This record gives sequence, C-alpha cells and structure tokens, in this order.
Amino acid sequence: MRLILMAVALCAALMPLSLRAETAAAIAAANAAKIEKPSRQTIGPVIEALVASGDPMAAAVLQAWASKGLGLRKSDKAFFLIMPEGDGYKLTDLTGADAGTAPKSEISELKPNAGVRGLIATALVQFTLSDPNPAKRAEALTSIARDPKTEHLAPLRAALAGETDPALNAQKARLERLLTLRFDPDSAQRVTAIDGFGADLGIDLRGALNPLLATTRLVATGDAPPAANIANELSPGRDLTEADAYDLLVAANLAPARLTAAEQKAALAANIAGGMVGGIPLADLSDQTARDRAYTALEQAGTVPTAATSDEVTAAVAAHRYYDVYAEPDPAVTGAAKAALDRITLKQGAMEVVDLGLDALSLSAIYFLAAIGLAITFGVMRVINMAHGEFLTLGAYTGYVVQQWVPNYTASILIALPLAFAVTFAAGVGIERLVIRHLYKRPLESLLATFGISIALQQLLKNIFGTQARPLTAPAWLDGALTFNDVVSISYIRIAIFVLALIFLCFFLWLMKRTRLGLEVRAVTQNPTMAASMGINPDRINMLTFGLGSGIAGIAGVAIGLYAKVTSELGSDYIVQSFMTVVVGGVGNIWGTLAGASMIGGLQKVIEWMNPSNTLAAQTYMILFIILFIQFRPRGIIPIKGRAAGD
Amino acid sequence: MKQGILARNPSVLIFLALLALFTLIVTFGSEAYGAGFVSTSFVKTLGKTLCLCLAALAMDLIWGYAGILSLGHMAFFALGGYLIGMWLMYARTEEIVVAALAQDALPATAEEIRQGIATQIFGVVGSSDLPLVWSFAYSLPIQLALVILVPGLLALIFGWLAFRARVTGVYLSILTQAMTLALALYLFQNDSGLRGNNGLSGLQNLPGLGDVGQDQLSVWFFWTSALALAGAYIVLSGVVGGKFGSVIRAIRDDEARVRFLGYSVESYKLFIFTLTAVICAIAGVLYYPQAGIINPAELAPIASIYLAVWVAIGGRGRLYGAVIGAAFVSLMSSLFTGGRVPAIDLGILRIDWVDWWQVLLGVVFVLVTLFAPKGIGGLFDLALHRRSPDRKGAPLGPEDGSLQEKEALE
Repeated sequence: MRLILMAVALCAALMPLSLRAETAAAIAAANAAKIEKPSRQTIGPVIEALVASGDPMAAAVLQAWASKGLGLRKSDKAFFLIMPEGDGYKLTDLTGADAGTAPKSEISELKPNAGVRGLIATALVQFTLSDPNPAKRAEALTSIARDPKTEHLAPLRAALAGETDPALNAQKARLERLLTLRFDPDSAQRVTAIDGFGADLGIDLRGALNPLLATTRLVATGDAPPAANIANELSPGRDLTEADAYDLLVAANLAPARLTAAEQKAALAANIAGGMVGGIPLADLSDQTARDRAYTALEQAGTVPTAATSDEVTAAVAAHRYYDVYAEPDPAVTGAAKAALDRITLKQGAMEVVDLGLDALSLSAIYFLAAIGLAITFGVMRVINMAHGEFLTLGAYTGYVVQQWVPNYTASILIALPLAFAVTFAAGVGIERLVIRHLYKRPLESLLATFGISIALQQLLKNIFGTQARPLTAPAWLDGALTFNDVVSISYIRIAIFVLALIFLCFFLWLMKRTRLGLEVRAVTQNPTMAASMGINPDRINMLTFGLGSGIAGIAGVAIGLYAKVTSELGSDYIVQSFMTVVVGGVGNIWGTLAGASMIGGLQKVIEWMNPSNTLAAQTYMILFIILFIQFRPRGIIPIKGRAAGD
Repeated sequence: MKQGILARNPSVLIFLALLALFTLIVTFGSEAYGAGFVSTSFVKTLGKTLCLCLAALAMDLIWGYAGILSLGHMAFFALGGYLIGMWLMYARTEEIVVAALAQDALPATAEEIRQGIATQIFGVVGSSDLPLVWSFAYSLPIQLALVILVPGLLALIFGWLAFRARVTGVYLSILTQAMTLALALYLFQNDSGLRGNNGLSGLQNLPGLGDVGQDQLSVWFFWTSALALAGAYIVLSGVVGGKFGSVIRAIRDDEARVRFLGYSVESYKLFIFTLTAVICAIAGVLYYPQAGIINPAELAPIASIYLAVWVAIGGRGRLYGAVIGAAFVSLMSSLFTGGRVPAIDLGILRIDWVDWWQVLLGVVFVLVTLFAPKGIGGLFDLALHRRSPDRKGAPLGPEDGSLQEKEALE
C-alpha cells in the first residue's frame, strides 16, 4: 500500500503543474491536445491524473472516452460526453451538467486506438472494483482473473478495504494473493503469498503457479551464466535425446545444421558426374556409409556446403552443457512455487484416487444392474440366456417409446420403468415357454437357441427403430453433477443408477429369502423332483423366475439407456461383461454377483487410469485378467458350498 | 482287425468325388479357364465358402466330437488371415516402393525402402515405424510358419489354462467368447501395430504375380481351398475314425468316466483344441486373400457363434454335416443379403430380405435346435433308414451338458 502511495506521489511530483488540477473537466481542458490525439506513450499521466483527481465524474469520462462517447466541440475545443440523439448528439459537459444538443457536424467524436483503450480499461478497473453494484464488481474480478496483469495489483489492493459483501471480499482477497504471487516486486511477499495457499486445489492457483515454473532450454559452452535461475542441468542421452540437444545447438548458432538423409540424397543426386558421385560408382550408393563417404568427398571438393555428419554431431553435443532455466529470475519464488505445486500434486493425487473410486463404484453399479437379471436366469436357474442383452435393449426402447407419448421426462421415466418390466417379463415368459423349457437338460443347446433368439430380436429391433441412436432423455433434475471440489465430482445420473442397483440388491435378497416365491425357486433349483413332490409346480416357478430375470433386465435397460445411446446393439455391448460378472462373482449367489461387478468395474477403471487414452486396451487387459482369475478361483469369488455345488 | 480309413468311412470317398466334380464344374465354368458362366466374383465366393467349410470341419471336431462348444475359433481363423495378410501387404507395398524409388537418380538404400514401406502401410494410423510384430513380414516362409505357430501357441496356452482349471461346458464357451472379444478389442486400437480398425487391405493382389489377372487367381485359390478341404477331410476322418476318435467322443459323453479309466482327459482336449485352432488358421490363410480385406470386426464374438450355427444346422458329430451346413448357410446368407431374393409384400409389412434374413436365420436356428438336433445331416439318416436305438431319449452321461442319446448317433 505504501509503495503505491509513494509511486503516486512521485508521479504527482514529476507531473507538470497543470496536471494537478482538481476536477476532471479541468484536467481535460488542461490536456486537450493530448486527449484529442492520444498516443500510448504520452497519455499515461493524463489518465492517472483523472484517476487520482477523486472527481466522481472521472470514471464516467474515462468510460465514455474508451467507448467513443467523448466528443470535442469544433468551435471552442470543449469536451462533452455525447449521446447520439436524432441527427445530432445530446451533450453533457464534464461536470455532469446537461449542455443541450448539437448537430453531428459540430462535434468530432474521439476515437482512441486500441493501446490507449487498454490503458483506459486498466484505469477503469479501480472504479469498477469499487462500483456500488456487486454484479459489476464480480464482473470486474472475473475479467481480471481471466487475464491478470501487473497493473491490476494496485487497484485491487485499493479496492480490498472498502468491500462489504463477504463473498466478494473473499474472492477479492484470493485474487489479490494470486496477483501478489505473480506480480509483486517484493520476493518475500510473493513467497508468503505462495505458502499461504498451502495445498489449495483451485485451478486458478495452478494457473498462477505454472507460469512461474516455465522453463526454457539453454545451451552453454562452459558453466551456465551466473544470473540464470537454473531448474536443472540436462545430460544428453538421459534427459534429452542427442537429436534434441543438437537442435538446440543449431538454434543457438553453435553448430551447423544437420544433414538429413533426404537432403544428402538430393545433394548427391545433383552432383552425379559420369556415373560417379565424389569418385564412388552410382551402383554402390545403395548403402548409407558409401553415401557418407561420397558426401565427404564432395565436401572436400567444395561442391556442397559443409554439414554435420553423425560423428560431428556427437562431438558437438558432448562439448556443450544444457540447462533448463526458469523464466522467473528469483530462486526463492521458484522454490516456493515448486514446493507448492508438489503439495498440490500430492493432494490432487489423493483426490483423484477418491474420484477414481467413485467412478469405479458407478461403473460397478452399471455392470451389477446389467448382470442382476442374469444372476437370476443363469445364476439361479443355470440357463444361459444369450438374449439377455436384447432384453436390456428392449427395456431401453420401451423407455424411448414412452417418451414419444409422454413428453414430461419425470413422468415418462416413472411410467417406463414398470412398463419395461412388463414388456420384458412377457418376452421372457414367452421365450421360456416356447424354447427354454425344452432345453433345461441341455445347457449348450439353450445357449445356442437363445443366441438364435438374440440375433432375430436384434435384427427385428433394428428393422423397427432403424440403425441410428434414439434419444432417451433423463429428467432435468438428474442433470448436472454433485461436485465436492475441482477434482472430485459425480453426475447425478450415476448416483441414481447406483441407488437403483442398491434397490435391486435389496429387492432380490427380500424376494429370495423372505417370500414364498423365493423359497419355491430355491427348492426347484436345488431339486426339482423333490420340490414337485412337495406340491410345488416346477414349470410355473421356472416360468416366473425366468420372467423375473428378464423383467429386471428390462428395467436395467431403461437405466442404461439414460446415459448410453439407445441402439439395437446396446445389449450386445454388455452381454459378455454381464456373463463375466456372474462367472467371476460365483454362480448362484447375489453377493458374488455384487463382488464380481465391483471387481470388474474397479479393475477396468484402474486400468483406464493407468492408460487413460486407451479404453479398448483396458477392456482387453481386463478380460485377460478374468481368464487368469478363473484359473485360481474356477467357481468365482464366492463359490457355492455343499452338495448344490456338484454339477 | 484293422481297416483302412476309407473302408471305415465310405462317406469320405463320396465326399471327395463330389468335391472333385464340383471343382471341375467351377473350373470349366470360370471366366479364365472355361465357358465363363461362373463369374470371377462368384468363383471367389465359392472359394471363400470352401474355406468356411474347412473352419466348420474344425468346429465340428471340437464341438460335435469333443463336446467343447468353443465360441472363439473364428479368432484363430482371423489370426491366420492377419498373419498372411501382413506378408501380402508388406511384399506388395515393397514392390510399389521399390518401383517408386527406382525413379530416383541414386539407388535406394535398404533403410529407405523399409521407411517407405512403413510410411505406406502405417500412414493411415499416423505412424511411420514398422511395429515389432511386423519383424518377419518380409519373409513368406517365416510368416507361413507363424501362421501355424501363433494360433497354435495361443490355443495351447489358452487351452492349457482353461482345461487345467477344469473349466467345462457353458463356462468354457463364455471364456472362449471373452478371448475372441479381448483379441478383437486389442486389434481395434491404432497402436496394436495392425492398423487398428482399418485392418489390412489389398490382400487380393499377390506379390510377384502382378500380371496374372484376378480371374485366374480366383480359380487358383479355389483349387487350393478345395485341396485343403479335401486334405483336412481325409485327415480328420482318420482322427475321428480311430481309437483317438473313440476317446474324444467318450470325453464328450462322460468326461469323469474317461478320466477314471486312466486317460489324460486334459491332454486329449488340449490336442483337439490346438489342432482345430491350427485348421481354422489355415482356413483363414486361404480365405482372406480371396476376401481382399481383413479388419478386427472379423474377430467379433458373433463370427464364432455363426460357426457354431453352421455346424448345428448342418448336423454335428458328422464331418459332412459341418461342410453341408457351412456351405448351405453361408451361400444362402450371401444370396439373401445380396438382395437377389425378391421381397415379399404382406400389405402392411414388406419383407425385404436384406433386413429380414437375420430374423429368418435366428428363427430357423431356434427351430433346428429344438426340433431337429441332427440338422440337415439327419435327412441322410432318414434316407438310409438308419434309426437310433430307442432308449427313451436318456442322456448319455450324468452331466448336464451331455448329449441326449437320440442326438448322438453318427
């Protein structure tokens, strides 16, 4: 603060007497010539005088000037704020008083160039930062944060004291610290500012710190220049390749340009004389060393310019030293910034792990949802249903059709969920009655028959709905994401899917352990003959169970359709993963399915995190892992114990 | 009493005679060597069909005889195609690059040629280096050896892991399906070194045979495919006809009992798995130069399932069934999807076969599985009045996966 005051006082002392006038009008009048034809070099003191004058009109004058709202009356060279009105201008003089109107011909509009407008804008920052309207102040802060400059620091500090809004005050204080660490002339102040942030995760902080640590490559014949703030020394071959090192030398004019193979070839081809180049027969030049010899011969004859061959390159690279040098000259600041960035990176890493965990959880929930129908049909009944994927698709398309009829998204989803269950339940029961019940003893055949159903259904859906993706829109309250900080966030739709998965888990447990149907299902799967003799109708139970599994697949299809694109191939994208989930988890146990989904989802996210550019590879490695995993636990994570396991 | 293969399998002679007759008809009907009523593209289709029949033979051996429903054998087929495609593409590109560099004043260096080939082949995926897997692509003998070795080794390792862990039945099916999916996903990446989803193309041009027309090449490939099919048919008849065949059928019917009798079930399964993988790879080697292009979509799990569909429709557990099924379904498929079958107008609905063929295939497949487990091959039993002994359809073994007695007759 004191520094600024001193600077202002110094300016004031150096200024011509006329500049120390009281009002904006007086300053303008005194510097009329400069204002009329301003240039970037000369106008600075005038603008500062206007700012320093304390006249409430100064801000209006500056603003008008920057936006071509300041005019000069040709007759008496007086300045006015002008406002187009009809054919002429409405005039306001610089004290704020109305000055009537004037035709266009009498007024010349002042048009400062971009450089001057920039100076004015900077000067105006101070006014906008103290503007009575909080929205204006917030806007000014945002514009500074977007493009911070040294000049902003002083006005920002000046505006800090008068701030009444606590939120804006915090924002101003943070921005002031960010500007301090970049632009303050006092390095101790900057270090304090950097350390004050601790391990803050804000992107703005990283944006402010990173330029401090920007480096340039420097090449030196001996030791580095003593003034340079050296980040580290690079040794060729380890930190940078020989080619890069040589490029640096060439760029620093310390070595001649290197000869590329193509250039060499062109040079040789240009110097063919009587079937020879540099005394070497043309036919021998199908070899790089022969070409090098020919070129050296030409070099010695002086017909081609000297250029570095590879041994010369190696020698030149070894004769120099290479440094990364910070653009920022102060080692204390770069040290503090590096430490701060390290702290941030560490904390960010921890946060990324949390985020990864959330991602994995939601992917697991999706896999679980896709697989839970299979956990019933395959896990409990031991029927391989390859058409399971098509049931997912069917559910998603049901949701799409409902949205065509019910425009309200919330209502349509609420209708679609039970309707999808009904549709796929019916389809499941139909398939069970017509096909699967004949194949209970022949699992391989039921695999193939359901595959036949799968291709027929998939093509049928393609014929009906076309090949392009159909929209299934989530209600507005599921848009957006739950954000914890700049790193950790999770979209509401994924939370909804997670909740849905939990509901299904509870529903499944309740159904199997607490209801008559569950009891009968378990009895029929364990021993159909015995169950039948106890008065249970196995046919009916099998039909209901299969229908139930299919119905749940339909509901899962609606959920998956909300975030994936709905095409006839939606289901086939999930079918292999779903089977994997059930097999890895352990057949016949819902907790196993849960464990399988968690493992597959988690694993896939971890592999993707290690190699983020490549989700295809992640799936490949995941499947390979599963194949290996089955080696060690052939019956899955949670195997069935006892005699029921013997199949 | 020891009998020759042919004596034990009279069907082999009939099959070979029919195949020879078919080959002669196609040759004398081709544009290059005969009357020209069989177009070059149809010769190619027939040649490709023979390769698919060869793959179906392998599928029949592993599924119909050994009872292992592998849903990943088309991965080996495509792998064979990729391996031969690498040589075809490399050698062909080399010809082009050498011809282009010969225009220069200086003779080209080996490095320049290599660089030129790499840029030509991999420019499409934004790379100009030859990946490691292409190390031997310059040499036909090495690449041909790899055609056997790579799919063979993959099958050996995968089979060893799977059979050792006693993964059987539907679990094994799902596992093999996962294997082919993993391979397909891997090849879909651009940095897999095999041009990502662009795949390998231009395989129909044989290096060094630039002046031989496609009409001739197509017939040559047709002959080779027919020869390979005939050879495989004879060899496999021997394999399934002898004692070895009895053991693998016993494994299919009751694995535990065979194990208790002292046979090393895992070794038998592993042998069959690897053998069929290699046969599939050879079929792929012959198939893809006729198709001209290969991409990772060929490894999609659906392709392997189609293989099973062909064998099931043709009739499993008999070699000619697999051949008939593959030929019949794949030819019908190209007929229907090629738009050569008139659409049926039902008033409200127009059955356009390009769109509805898959629906028909799916439904037919379900019907065959349910009502005609013997497939088309069952018609021969009817014609020959061969009837199964009536054991009221009891399963042949205690396992859920065992065949019903009525389906097991050869």
